[in-house]
Amino acid sequence: VLCSLHGLPLPSSGYSFHDIANVQIYMYTPRLYLQTMVQEQILSWYYGVWTLRGSSGNIQIFSIHSFYSTFLLLKMAVHGPFVKIHPVVLASIADSYERRNEGASRVIGTLLGTIDKHSVEVTNCFSVPHNESEDEVAVDMEFAKNMYELHKKVSPSEVIIGWYATGYDITEHSVLIHEYYSREAQNPIHLTVDTALQSNRMNIRAYASAQMGVPGKTVGVMFTPLTVKYVYYDTERIGVDLLQRTRASPTRTNGLTSDLAQVASAAGRIQEMLNTVLSYIEDVLSGKVMADNSVGRFLMDLVNKVPKISVEDFESMLNSNINDLLMVTYLANLTQAQIALNEKLVVL
Amino acid sequence: VLAGRLSTPTPTPHPLSSRAPGPKSSVVLKIIKHYQEEGQGSEVVQGVLLGLVVDDRLEITNCFPFPQHTEDDADFDEVQYQMEMMRSLRHVNIDHLHVGWYQSTYYGSFVSRALLDSQFSYQHAIEESVVLIYDPLKTAQGSLCLKAYRLTPKLMEICKEKDFSPEGLKKANIGYEHMFEEVPIVIKNSHLMNVLMWELEEKSTMADKHELLSLSSSNHLEKSLQLLMDRVDEMSQEIVKYNSYCRNLSKQQQQKHQYLQRRQQENAQRQSRGEPPLPEEDISKMFKPPPPPPRMDTLLIAGQINNYCQNVKEFTSQNLGKLFMAQALQHPSS
Repeated sequence: VLCSLHGLPLPSSGYSFHDIANVQIYMYTPRLYLQTMVQEQILSWYYGVWTLRGSSGNIQIFSIHSFYSTFLLLKMAVHGPFVKIHPVVLASIADSYERRNEGASRVIGTLLGTIDKHSVEVTNCFSVPHNESEDEVAVDMEFAKNMYELHKKVSPSEVIIGWYATGYDITEHSVLIHEYYSREAQNPIHLTVDTALQSNRMNIRAYASAQMGVPGKTVGVMFTPLTVKYVYYDTERIGVDLLQRTRASPTRTNGLTSDLAQVASAAGRIQEMLNTVLSYIEDVLSGKVMADNSVGRFLMDLVNKVPKISVEDFESMLNSNINDLLMVTYLANLTQAQIALNEKLVVL
Repeated sequence: VLAGRLSTPTPTPHPLSSRAPGPKSSVVLKIIKHYQEEGQGSEVVQGVLLGLVVDDRLEITNCFPFPQHTEDDADFDEVQYQMEMMRSLRHVNIDHLHVGWYQSTYYGSFVSRALLDSQFSYQHAIEESVVLIYDPLKTAQGSLCLKAYRLTPKLMEICKEKDFSPEGLKKANIGYEHMFEEVPIVIKNSHLMNVLMWELEEKSTMADKHELLSLSSSNHLEKSLQLLMDRVDEMSQEIVKYNSYCRNLSKQQQQKHQYLQRRQQENAQRQSRGEPPLPEEDISKMFKPPPPPPRMDTLLIAGQINNYCQNVKEFTSQNLGKLFMAQALQHPSS
């Protein structure tokens, strides 16, 4: 199928591929509307012709020239392999998916963030209204521009770095929308979040586009996948932890815990971790599991972290700290009583 | 924070049926992110909460931040920004009802005149609005610190009258504890969000949860106590002012009394001598009573002090727990 290209002999070695173990290539040509999805293919030099082995059977490429240029483009993938996503973005995407218009099967929107030398960090997003039908797709560009301006007022360091869509596949319309976004940003990233939960998972993938095809004749766009990493600020991490607890409750609700309970739960967590470690040690001692030296070293570190302090010193430190805290509590209570008294006196 | 619906159940039955706000987790996340990126040091970051009222809960489903006020943005129109945002959000089916606003705080010092005014104007317009206070420093210590507050109806009345004199406050019988009522928050997630949480859980690394259990507390405690001391100083100043006012007032009363007595005596003497009595002078013009100092600031400071004390007490109780845990580690046999 494929592309008829001019032949160019390519050596079988001397290439380093970008992520050969897990390359998924979606190929489209605007004329043929052909979709071939190849999973986990291994590129091999076979009888002088590159063969792609994949889920849709062997595909033989007769011309190598385009692939050569394509892989060159892959190597030069401008953003490097990493896309860092903050959970804020995913939450907003899921939220806007839930609020989509009647009849719309997917939602699209703009991604905002910052570009680093080796990676892209996605920190914000907003959804853009669009209409999609069999033949055409319409995106409200005015709206997108407006929203971007508004957002810029709050965080001037964020720029448009791409767009997102819910759903699993990349369709032809995506190509068009991607073209629009490449006018706004260099090398936009395309993020798909599978909210329809095909294959029983919510797949979150990111793609960058690359030109493909014979220059001058049939040209196509190929979406190459990028590695997705989740990045959190510290406070975000804690917020996400809290939210994760809603998974446990049946009504999916969760209240915020009070002070001492937090310490108790943190202590509980450490206890769990200790239990896991202990059971591992038991297993190793009884011979069930092979002893691992690196784990042993970590265990040594762990045990040595508890400082060896003489009993009297520790007692005195502990007591002085406890005294400080108690004194502060006493003073706080005193202050509160004082202002309460003051209230009453004024009212007299 | 992933989208979660924060909803708060109604606490106790109130004459005005207070509703509990319930924010979505995306809201929580956005607030955290906004502070992290834009607010450094002791500046506050603010934003607007959007949502709707469902039964007796207030559901907060979205929010957007306000830009900081910069010097070169003198002609920046806040209202216009807000209007534009809401209009755009309406296009994408996001609830565009204003239900409140959020603000970040520095060590819990948010009870101020500005907050009161803003919250009053919000609550006046929309009955169920709340202000979400997000404490980033406490959150960084280990657990999310997000509280929702509303003004009590009593305080609403007083603000409406703008009567801040001591008599007015005495009439309303308001104490600093009755200024704000805290409303409990519940975070609710939709099923989709739950799926997302599961995904993230798999892909992300184990968090560094040590912050909560770190024993070094003096820094935080110092700062809190410093702020508390400042407030107590202010409070004592206010008290001195009020005391001097009271003293002046009573002195004036005495003087008035004496003057009247002397007047009467003189009149009696004159009458006995047959002269016409002196004309009644206008007492009030002679002894103008000093203006009573406004009590609202005192009330606010008292409320703030109360807040600080609460925070300090929570903090110390947590630390005591941690210290005892450390002790257990040192004496495994005991």
